[in-house]
Amino acid sequence: MAIDTVLWSKLVTGMTLGFHVIFATLGVGVPLMIAIAEFIGIRKKDPHYILMAKRWSRGFVISVAVGVVTGTAISLQLALVWPNFMKLAGNVIALPLFMEVFAFFFEAIFLGIYLYTWERFKNPYIHWLLTIPIVVGAGMSAVFITTVNGFMNQPGGFLMEAGQFTAVNPVQAMLNTATFSKVFHVLSSAYLTGAALLAGIAAFTMLRKGVSPYHKKALNLMMAVVLLFGMLNTFAGDVSAKFLAEHQPEKLAAAEWHFETESGADLILMGWLNAEHEIIGALHLPKLLSFLAFGDFNAEVTGLEEFPLDERPPLLVHYLFDLMAGIGFALLAISLLYFLFVFWKKRNELNKWLLRIIALSAPLAFLGVEMGWFYAEIGRQPWIIRGYMRVEEAATSSPHVRILFFLFLLLYIVLGTVCVLVLRRLFNNNPAELEMEKWMKEKPSQSTEKGEAS
Amino acid sequence: MSYELIGISVLWLFLYGYLIVASIDFGAGFFAFYARLTKQDHLINRLISRYLSPVWEITNVFFVFFYIGIVGFFPDTAYYYGSALLVPGSIAVILLAIRGSFYAFENYGSKNSIIYLFLYGATGLLIPASLSVALTLSEGGFIVKQGETVSLDYWALFTNPLSWSIVGLAIVSVLFISASFLTFYASRAEDKSALKLMRNYALFWSTPTIIFALTAFIYLGQHNERHFQNMMNLWWLLALSVAFFMIAMWLLYNGRRYGLAFICIMLQFFSAFFAYGIGQYPYILDPYITIQSSATSPSMGLALVIVFIGGLCLLIPSLILVFKLFLFDADYVKGKK
Repeated sequence: MAIDTVLWSKLVTGMTLGFHVIFATLGVGVPLMIAIAEFIGIRKKDPHYILMAKRWSRGFVISVAVGVVTGTAISLQLALVWPNFMKLAGNVIALPLFMEVFAFFFEAIFLGIYLYTWERFKNPYIHWLLTIPIVVGAGMSAVFITTVNGFMNQPGGFLMEAGQFTAVNPVQAMLNTATFSKVFHVLSSAYLTGAALLAGIAAFTMLRKGVSPYHKKALNLMMAVVLLFGMLNTFAGDVSAKFLAEHQPEKLAAAEWHFETESGADLILMGWLNAEHEIIGALHLPKLLSFLAFGDFNAEVTGLEEFPLDERPPLLVHYLFDLMAGIGFALLAISLLYFLFVFWKKRNELNKWLLRIIALSAPLAFLGVEMGWFYAEIGRQPWIIRGYMRVEEAATSSPHVRILFFLFLLLYIVLGTVCVLVLRRLFNNNPAELEMEKWMKEKPSQSTEKGEAS
Repeated sequence: MSYELIGISVLWLFLYGYLIVASIDFGAGFFAFYARLTKQDHLINRLISRYLSPVWEITNVFFVFFYIGIVGFFPDTAYYYGSALLVPGSIAVILLAIRGSFYAFENYGSKNSIIYLFLYGATGLLIPASLSVALTLSEGGFIVKQGETVSLDYWALFTNPLSWSIVGLAIVSVLFISASFLTFYASRAEDKSALKLMRNYALFWSTPTIIFALTAFIYLGQHNERHFQNMMNLWWLLALSVAFFMIAMWLLYNGRRYGLAFICIMLQFFSAFFAYGIGQYPYILDPYITIQSSATSPSMGLALVIVFIGGLCLLIPSLILVFKLFLFDADYVKGKK
C-alpha cells in the first residue's frame, strides 16, 4: 500500500509537469518571438511583421491560460502530494518560489496591458516596450523555478541537524552548482522550441495553401532564431553534460549505460540491454563520452557500479537522453540546411521536402523538451532532494491520490483537446492574408502613421 | 515586530486582496451566465468582458502569491494542510483550471459558446465554496493526527453547521461584492440598463450576506470559544464593519456615489476579515500550528521580507498603470478604446 501511493504520487506529478511543460515552454519562448516581430515591423515599417506579432499574441494568450492553470495546479500539488517534502524543503526553497510568483505577476500585468493597447499609443515603440517586461517576466520565472529544481539536484546552503535544515542561506541554495547549466539549457531550449513551433506553422501553412509573403517572412525570421538558439542550445547541452560528469556522475552514467569506471569511455547510441546487462545492437563512438564529459578523449568517467544498487537511476533514461540530444542536433541541422538553400541561389528553400521537414521540427522540438525533462527527473531517482530525502519519504500517505490521478488525467485531456480546437478555429477561419486585407482597408494610413511617429 | 508577524500580516492583506478581486471575478462569471439564461446578456456582457479581459490573469496570481507566501513563511502549514486538503484542494485546483482556461477559450477563441460560459459561471461559485474549507479547518476539530499521518475527518466536516455557514457566506459575499463593483463600473460606463440590473443584484444579495455573516459568527462561538472571545474583544472592528455596510446600502439604495458605496463594502469586509484574523492569533491551525512554532528560519524570513518589499516596488506601479488604463480611463470603460 505504501509503495502504491508513492507510485501514484509520482504519476500525478509527472503527468501534471509533462502537460505543463508544453505550455510553460511556449510561455517562455513565444513572447520573445512576438517582441522580435513587432520590433522589426516598426523598424521596417512592414505591416506583415506587426500582423505576425498580433496573430501570435492572440494564439499565445490561449496557451498562456492553460499554462497558468496547470502552473497553479503544480504549485499546489507540491504541498498536496508531497507534504513531507514541502515541510522540509520549504525552509530553503521558499525564496525562489516567491520570486517566481513575482516574476509571473509582473508578466501577467503587462500581458494584459499589451493585449488591450494595440491602438492606444501614438508612438508604436511605446507599445513595443510593453513586450520587454513580458519577455523578462517569463524568462525570470523560468530562471527562479529552475533554481528550485537545481536545488533538488544539488542541495546546498544549509546544515542538516536532527532531520531538519538549519543555518539556512537561501541565496546560496538558489545559486547551487546545478543552477547555471540548468538555467542556460532551459532558456535556450525554450526559445528554440518557440521559434521551431512558429517556423513549423508557417511551413505547414505554405504546404497547404501555397507560398505567401506573410508566411515567407515568418519562416525566414523564425528559422534565423532557430539557428541562433539551436547553436546556443547545443552549447548549453554540452555545459550540462560536463556539469553532470563532475557533480552527478550516476545520472550521466545511467544515461550512457556506462557501468565500469574507465578512461577513454565510449559514447553509446541507442541499442538495448539483455538480462545480463550487456549492451546489444548499439552504436559505439570510441572515446567520445570522455570527451563529452571532460573535453579530453582519455579522461576517466565514473561508472554506475561505483554507486550502491538502491541509489542508481533507472536505465531507461538512456533512450530519453539519446532522443533529446538527437532532436537537438536535428533542429540545428534543419536550420543550417534551410539557410544553405537560401544562400545557394540555385536551390529553392521553399521546396516541398524542406518545408515538410521544417513542419515536422515543431512537434520534434516539443518532444525534445519532454524527453529532456523526463531524463533530468527520472535520472534523479530515487532521490527527491539528492542525498537528503528519498521520494518515498516525501509522498502523501493518502490513498485518494489514485483517484486524483484519473481526475487530473481527464482534466488534461479536456483542456488539451479544447485548446487545440479553439486555436484551430481562431486561425483557420481567419487566414493571415484575409486579415491583412481587412486591416489595411480599415486603416489605410497605418504604415505611414507608424513612420511619422518613429 | 518579528518577521513572522510581518509575514502573516502581509499574507493576510494579500488574502484580503484576493478575496476582493476574486469575488468580482467569480461573481461576474456567474452573472454573465445567469444573464445569458434569462436573456439579459446583451445588457451586461460587454461590460463584464471589458473589465475582466485585461485582469483575469492577475486575479489568479493573487491566489498563488498567498499560497506560496504562507508555505514559505510557515513550512509546517504545507505538511498539515497539504495532507488534509489533498482531496478538497485538488478539486479546487481542477475547478480553477477549468475556469481559467475556459474564460480564455470563450473570450479570445470561440465566442458565444453556452457550454464554455456555463463552465466559467458555475465554477465561479464552486471555487469559493471549496477554498473556504481551508478556513473552516483552521478552527480545529476537523483534522485527525494518528502518529505521523494527518487526515481530514470528512464526517465531522460535513455534519458541522459551521462549515456550511462558512460555505454559504463565501458564496453570497462573492455575489454581493461582485454586483456592487459592477454597479460602480456600469455607472462609470454610463450604461443605464446595466447599471439598473447590477444595482438590483447588489441590493438583493446584501441581505443573505449579512444573515450568513451572523450565522457563521454564532456557530463559530459554539465551535471555537477562544476565537469567538477574541473577536468579541475586537467588537469595535465588527461594529465598524456593520457601519460601513449600512452606509453602502444607503448609497446603493438611493442610487448615488456608487464608487463610494463600493469602497464602503471593501472596508466592511476589510474590518470583518481582520477582526477574524486577529482573533485567530496566534494559531494558523488550531491546535497544531501557531505562528511562532511553524515559522521558517530567520534568514529565510528576512530574505522573504526583503524580496517582498522589492517586489511591491515593482508591482504597485504596474497595478496603478493597469487601473489607470482599464478602470479609471473613462473612454476605455465606455468602450471607445
